[in-house]
Amino acid sequence: MRVALFVTCVNDAVFPATGVATVRLLERLGVEVDFPAAQTCCGQPQFNTGYREETGPLVRRTVRAFEGYEHVVVPSGSCAAMVRHHYPSFGAEAAGLGPRVYELTEFLVDVLGVTDVGAYFPHKVTYHPSCHGLRLLGLGERPRRLLEAVKGLELVELPGAEECCGFGGTFAVKNPDVSAAMGADKITNALSTGAEVLCGADNSCLLHLGGMLRRREDPLRALHLAEILASTEEEPWR
Amino acid sequence: MGMPSFPEAAREAVGDTTLRANLRHATHTIRDKRARAVAELDDWAALREAGKRIKDDTLRHLDTYLVRLEAAVTAAGGTVHWAADAAEANRIVTALVRATGETEVVKVKSMATQEIGLNEHLEAEGIAAYETDLAELIVQLGEDRPSHILVPAIHRNRAEIRDIFAEKMGSWGRPAPDGLSDTPAELAEAARLHLREKFLRAKVGISGANFMVAETGTLVVVESEGNGRMCLTLPETLISVVGIEKVVPSWRDLEVFLQTLPRSSTAERMNPYTSMWTGTTDEDGPSAFHLVLLDNGRTDALADEVGRQALRCIRCSACLNVCPVYERAGGHAYGSVYPGPIGAILTPQLRGTSSEIDASLPYASSLCGACYEVCPVAIDIPEVLVHLRERVAEEGGKGHRLEKAAIKAASWVLDRPNTLAAVERLASATRKVHPKRLPGPGARQWSDHRDLPELPAEPFRDWWRKNRP
Amino acid sequence: MTDAVSARERILARVRAAVANAPEAAAVARDYRTSHTADDPAAVLGLLHENLADYRAHVHRTAPDGLAALVAERLAERGARSVAVPPGLPDAWLAATDAVRRPDEPRLSPYALDGIDAVVTGCALAIAETGTIVLDGGPGQGRRALTLVPDLHVCVVLAPEQVVASVPLALPRLDPGRPLTWISGPSATSDIELDRVEGVHGPRTLEVILVTGG
Repeated sequence: MRVALFVTCVNDAVFPATGVATVRLLERLGVEVDFPAAQTCCGQPQFNTGYREETGPLVRRTVRAFEGYEHVVVPSGSCAAMVRHHYPSFGAEAAGLGPRVYELTEFLVDVLGVTDVGAYFPHKVTYHPSCHGLRLLGLGERPRRLLEAVKGLELVELPGAEECCGFGGTFAVKNPDVSAAMGADKITNALSTGAEVLCGADNSCLLHLGGMLRRREDPLRALHLAEILASTEEEPWR
Repeated sequence: MGMPSFPEAAREAVGDTTLRANLRHATHTIRDKRARAVAELDDWAALREAGKRIKDDTLRHLDTYLVRLEAAVTAAGGTVHWAADAAEANRIVTALVRATGETEVVKVKSMATQEIGLNEHLEAEGIAAYETDLAELIVQLGEDRPSHILVPAIHRNRAEIRDIFAEKMGSWGRPAPDGLSDTPAELAEAARLHLREKFLRAKVGISGANFMVAETGTLVVVESEGNGRMCLTLPETLISVVGIEKVVPSWRDLEVFLQTLPRSSTAERMNPYTSMWTGTTDEDGPSAFHLVLLDNGRTDALADEVGRQALRCIRCSACLNVCPVYERAGGHAYGSVYPGPIGAILTPQLRGTSSEIDASLPYASSLCGACYEVCPVAIDIPEVLVHLRERVAEEGGKGHRLEKAAIKAASWVLDRPNTLAAVERLASATRKVHPKRLPGPGARQWSDHRDLPELPAEPFRDWWRKNRP
Repeated sequence: MTDAVSARERILARVRAAVANAPEAAAVARDYRTSHTADDPAAVLGLLHENLADYRAHVHRTAPDGLAALVAERLAERGARSVAVPPGLPDAWLAATDAVRRPDEPRLSPYALDGIDAVVTGCALAIAETGTIVLDGGPGQGRRALTLVPDLHVCVVLAPEQVVASVPLALPRLDPGRPLTWISGPSATSDIELDRVEGVHGPRTLEVILVTGG
């Protein structure tokens, strides 16, 4: 099977390791991965901030970049949700991409039909289900099932897991105090689990939480799910 | 209106540890209870969809249903008045109270009368309006502002309420009992004693309504304490001020909302008391009934194809109780009688977006979607928020011109992958000298609370080119 | 009234302009349940009992011949020395009590009602799924103030004929032309820290007597 990777702008510029991990994981599972170089950003930040007109060119670019691919894999719940839920309001051509876009855990569980991806990650992990994956995509138990199958991994329940971490795109800078208060509560909950790793499937949330963790010098590391799933005994995550 | 913008007001609330604790305790308590009450009904999704469609049909033919309602209320012995705005509604109510010769009224908790500032208007006209809902009483005695739709004093804990009662009840009527403790039961008892004399002598009652049935002319008030029944039953004159969107077409429609409203708001199978009346009844309750139908911006919201869904709202407060932003910012930060997610989409539609507070409300959300999930009439609050952001951005008020320029520049770069790659490479190449904090709009707000990310040695697209040629 | 007429026309014109180009709303699908409870009178009565009690009503059951004694016992237990009597209340219901009867004919003033300890009524119907009794001012129920001001309300429900399972089954049996009061437990409030406590302005004690086998 051949798929296109939609790495997303945040991962491209800030978290390339997530993109690399996604490629290694998919290739390990026998999937051939393409990276259409014309891709940039899905337009979500512009759209959610109220700049529909400025979103249009990015929607058209994204749709064109993935023309001809039956499966477009995105390691980001919110970007997948943008394409699936909001692209239809940009016309029929844009609407056509939605059904072909798969958030990474959807692709693994629903398309490939795997939950044990042969990963090894000997650490204590807690999982934060980001809002758009949780509510707009309905990812449900998929990420948890994937994590539970990872060898050596101890999954611990995150209290208040379904509460927003406070990122919210431009919300984080337009309402910095409320955003930080939400982030602090999320981190307090994560620390209470005793986990070493706070795992998520959306690096934008982890950009916010990870930035707070580093500022606070807390003994917890934010990490994308793809990097855990890519880690094996032969090539462990470091 | 001179009110601070949402982020400014919220900053203060976030720093108030008592307020944070009060809100956290109250919202988390009700959140779990609501989930259990809703889970009891396995047809919840069907009830929610039916409620949404009943309200959509109502709004689509609102003129027809209002005229029908007017005819039914009139036929049953009531008098219907129409008020285009707050000033007109206040004038009508004042004249009606004056005509009775009374100088005091008892009030059932009503969002519509708060929205139009009726109490303040009556006071200026020499008429005392006594709030009788326990939480409204706490707010009125404490000279405070409401901070929640259902529980206006949610920002107060029991100890604060005790102090307000002990200090203030005496100047409004019967003082609080000596040695009043802060147990909820004793506080409720103090309110019972304080208000009873006012109920017994009341000649004029003022209420809102949860529903008005066009088909029958029936008004419905849903409550818990019995203060509503007192105000609706004991006075000789009853004046109900109700937003035009509160009409439902048929008697049967109540079977949906009487199942969804109590479970969504107080997390009960049914609230303790629901009163339904149609015009006047001989020998039972008020002999004069006036219904004041209020527009006050609702037809502006109705004209907005995305925004009009906010008029489906049945004021249950479930969206406030699950909202992580409301939980931390508190109700006052929204600068309106309608706080929380529903307030963030309703207030800018009722009042417009010209003031700083109203223009900031559509951004008072991380778009997490928890509000939409619990809404019993399926208002897609995130969708309306984004839509209102478009309106604010288009109007180009304070800060938005600069923002638009930045967004345009970013979109320009993002529409050119080669330029984007060059920018990414430049950022990565200089990463060793990036500071962890930055000045300037946006960057400062980010880096006040969080480190900037450490940029990678190369962007993903370069890794790809090197490793998967 | 010219002002009022013009406001009416203004608002209606604004409404019509606002929805002129709006799409027709989707037809209302009433595919929710008419009832969530098995169609078995004993189960429905059991659910009513359970839900009334869950919201702190005191629930009792009796056969018709035990009603007078049970009413008398409930009034005595609560220390009620006077009882408001709505027009049309069967004499037999109060046959065993020695509380002073205060008929509402002529109408008792609010102050007079405030001085009466209790009221005994029947009801129009009761709803099992929500633990609700509904009064419609019919015979034996009285006007609304009667069941509001006294602090103890003893309400008699005749089962199975007055008991329905659900809200959708209750509404068609009620007459919207009558003033209706739906009562689900005693007066309560959640206004302090969103925590429910019983007892504010309405009757703080609600005794419900389920009469079976009539």
